[in-house]
Amino acid sequence: MSRIRLCVLLWCVALMMSPVLLQAASTVEVHEFSDPTLESRYYGLIDELRCPKCQNTNLAGSDAPIAMDLRATVYRLLVEERQTDAQIREFLVARYGDFVLYDPPFNAGTAVLWLLPLLALLIGIWRIRRITQRRPAIVLTDEESARLNAIAPRDPR
Amino acid sequence: MNRMSFFVPLAIFMVIIGVGLVGFQLGDRAVLPSPLVGKPFPSFSAPRLDQDDVLVDQSVLLGRPLLVNVWATWCPTCKAEHEFLETLKEREGLEIVGIVYKDDPAAAQRWLDLYGDPYSFNLQDRDGRLGVELGVYGAPESFLLDAAGNIVYKRVGDVNERVWAEEMAPRLEKMRLAQMEATGS
Repeated sequence: MSRIRLCVLLWCVALMMSPVLLQAASTVEVHEFSDPTLESRYYGLIDELRCPKCQNTNLAGSDAPIAMDLRATVYRLLVEERQTDAQIREFLVARYGDFVLYDPPFNAGTAVLWLLPLLALLIGIWRIRRITQRRPAIVLTDEESARLNAIAPRDPR
Repeated sequence: MNRMSFFVPLAIFMVIIGVGLVGFQLGDRAVLPSPLVGKPFPSFSAPRLDQDDVLVDQSVLLGRPLLVNVWATWCPTCKAEHEFLETLKEREGLEIVGIVYKDDPAAAQRWLDLYGDPYSFNLQDRDGRLGVELGVYGAPESFLLDAAGNIVYKRVGDVNERVWAEEMAPRLEKMRLAQMEATGS
């Protein structure tokens, strides 16, 4: 009995571990960093830059060959050529376009994207103001309150 | 006013449908617009496929309109595209230069021997660095260049009859006319 339990337990542990193991296997290349700040900048950059082959994965999380090449490119620019983060971003944007940044710049093509939420907010504010303004407090005359009381007597409580 | 607001949900619905209709017709969202279009072909130095020790640079692409085709033997779409490239070379008289992208030169040479060779010559990009310069993120990709070496059009995916007729032929025609005017005057 206890042996079966142990077996089940081990399987459960193995299943729980499997995503961790798979994730560990997905980033194959290992880079050497002489300087911990370079290392943290490298991981920051591959975390923020987007893989051009994949619609919504960053360079760090993608197994696509191009993501691997671009990680190597980021490493080369960072460690060998000592470029700044802004220069590295610019290098990739010049070749792959704004797509590699998750941050679309404001231009004619993206104006709708940027301005639509603002427009929706303004419409919302306008509607709320109209609704609140349109309802003046209703004041009943004595006669009207008498009639109302006759139809729906006020709760004695 | 109250009657107007009755139609607000319908109006919102129509807007959503409109955005959807336009959005779905915008084309393949996996194809990224290249910032390199309109710019000169990036400078490079790469060995030729047939002569490993001969390094060539971007100057070999100057002087006539041509198609630079990034391909590899590991790429099934490149195989699908191959026959059309031969058609282009023969029917349109378009010069095609190949870039063998992240591939074994011997395998690439075998492929050309086996399936035919539409390229005037091929360059090797074994580590994919020229590919990064070109903003390549898959294969095949093709670049239409004018005589001054500027990228006029980029195609991600295979060049086929439809892409040729709609996108590339008019551009090539324009370039050839411009060139004829330039030499004629």
